[in-house]
Amino acid sequence: MAGALLESLLERAGPEPDAPAWLADTRRAAADALAREGLPGARDEAWKYTSLRALGESRPASGDAAAAGRAVDPSLFALPLDGPRLVFVNGVHRSDLSTSGAIAGVSVSSLGSASATELESWRALLVREYDGAASAFARLNTALAVDGPLIRIAASCRIDVPVHLVFIGAGRDIAWHARALIELGERSSLRVVVHHVGVDAAAQLGNVVVQASLRTGARLDLVEIQDAANDATLMRRSELMLADEALATSHVLEVGARLSRHDLAVDLCGRASRFVSRGVFALRGRQHADTHLDIRHDARDTASHVVWRGVADERSRGVFHGAITVAQGADGADANLSNKNLLLSPGAEIDTQPVLEIHADEVKAAHGATVGQLDGEALFYLRSRGLPPEAARHLLIVAFCAAAFAGVAEDLRVQLEGILAAHLPLAGETS
Amino acid sequence: MSATTSPMLKIDGLHVRVAGKEILKGVSLAVNAGEVHAIMGPNGAGKSTLGNVIAGRDGYEVTQGSIGYMGRDLLALEPEERAAEGVFLAFQYPVEIPGVNNTYFLRAAMNAQRRYRGEAELDSMQFLKRVREKLSVLHLKDELLHRAVNEGFSGGEKKRNEIFQMALLEPKLAILDETDSGLDIDALKMVADGVNAMRDASRAFVVITHYQRLLDYIVPDFVHVLADGRIVESGDASLAHKLEEHGYAWIAGRHAPDRIGAGAA
Repeated sequence: MAGALLESLLERAGPEPDAPAWLADTRRAAADALAREGLPGARDEAWKYTSLRALGESRPASGDAAAAGRAVDPSLFALPLDGPRLVFVNGVHRSDLSTSGAIAGVSVSSLGSASATELESWRALLVREYDGAASAFARLNTALAVDGPLIRIAASCRIDVPVHLVFIGAGRDIAWHARALIELGERSSLRVVVHHVGVDAAAQLGNVVVQASLRTGARLDLVEIQDAANDATLMRRSELMLADEALATSHVLEVGARLSRHDLAVDLCGRASRFVSRGVFALRGRQHADTHLDIRHDARDTASHVVWRGVADERSRGVFHGAITVAQGADGADANLSNKNLLLSPGAEIDTQPVLEIHADEVKAAHGATVGQLDGEALFYLRSRGLPPEAARHLLIVAFCAAAFAGVAEDLRVQLEGILAAHLPLAGETS
Repeated sequence: MSATTSPMLKIDGLHVRVAGKEILKGVSLAVNAGEVHAIMGPNGAGKSTLGNVIAGRDGYEVTQGSIGYMGRDLLALEPEERAAEGVFLAFQYPVEIPGVNNTYFLRAAMNAQRRYRGEAELDSMQFLKRVREKLSVLHLKDELLHRAVNEGFSGGEKKRNEIFQMALLEPKLAILDETDSGLDIDALKMVADGVNAMRDASRAFVVITHYQRLLDYIVPDFVHVLADGRIVESGDASLAHKLEEHGYAWIAGRHAPDRIGAGAA
């Protein structure tokens, strides 16, 4: 039932003498559920377009005993951010690569070194249960992640410098797990950049869950960059829980990994909470990237606004599933989602599925999705002004993706554009 | 061969098919440096086809004839090569390109052309200096630069942007494809000013238009009437006035039994 992957990973999930009983119980329960229900299969609607057959039969080592000593070139994750940086290699905190820099009102630590008291303060997030085989990787993360960043912002604390969380995959045939927990106190604000990179030839499985809880009136600006090694498999889940009048913005750039899945789950559980999200995936070769948005409007006057772009070249495949649910009683909700996709090659494929489920009255909701090709008229227009065809294509693709970066701070936006451009076909000089 | 003896643009017996249908049926035309030629004619005569074939648009199949430009076979060049060699088409329907900033696009285009010609690229300061010069000559607002290419532009703004691009790229041969259509008198004058400011002994213009009106402001050296895929009449600027007076039916009458688009106004 569980398959080779889960068998080999779960046999290592033995008793943990150091962990508090509640945490050990949570981990064991997740492992048991996994052993029972296994990985999702082709019949599972949420995994319809993403096959786990090959992954499910692989037997990577669980965790990386050598993580503390692996050589990593810091230029791999260099970004012009002047806040604290926490670096994890194969899921293990590397203080030698991290920079702390104490900031008043900000508490930064790691799950692996947290005391029982500290763990207790994160209990609500850590004990979250995940239902069904579709959540297999979140369960796996619950069962096996023993390290990851912990960030807590005190009430009313507004932090301008962004926190840079770096997850590096290095080495072959390893499966690693990391859990990031973020809590924003009432009316606090924080910028976080979650940055996934990899050392080349990292045919391995990474599994990262980020959970962020926003108290009343808090604001989180989250940027996620997925630039993993091109033979890596990376499973990610980002969860945002918003209390009254909280605001979360999310920008996602997906260009890396051979196989990747990103579940972005947002719970607008507080009145007048808002979520604004933009994202783009750009794929080539035989990359497969699956983005699942699950936005729940659970309270009155909540709003969500989602703009996503997808680009697929060569024989790559992109999947976008954007689900918005407006719960009963969540009157006054305002939800809209737009997903536009560009196919650059006859061998590429993008499947997009916006799903609206509305159980409330007085709701404003709109969604739309398109899949198209580069506009021949626009290409000719650019060429008629002197741009070679590769440069014209590149310019049009960059322009198509530009909507994904609206609202990102200027210095970071330039970096995101650079990372994206490097992954587009024929990234020739255009200026 | 020297430029004084051979025309800049030399079209010989040009036949062009579009989607299997013959649109140009033997067009010959010679344009010398320093000249302005107007191509007039009824709708469907093949005027835009001529402009598009010169610029190198896909989907136009040359079945017979040739186009020489500065002594070279123009048809052997890619659209971007033609541009870098100095050919410019002002589009009848300029394309909106959301997300591409006008300034960025123009600098990319200009530097691509300069690279092709082996000239040094312009840095952003040098480029902006040129842009400001051209904007002031054309009485255009800076705001144009900060917008995406043609996005949300009115019809008149799009045409003015075409002329602005022409002024900046300084082509040797500019083809204006119905640049006057849909323009009010002020915009029309601006377009004409843009062209007239660039008229000199080294440059040539082919002005494609349905109406004589534009030719009051851009006075052509030659006027040709294109009807049913052929040039059926050529003359000086006075030909445009005759057409305005008598309509294209007048030409049709003079060239019976050719079936040409009679009665267009």
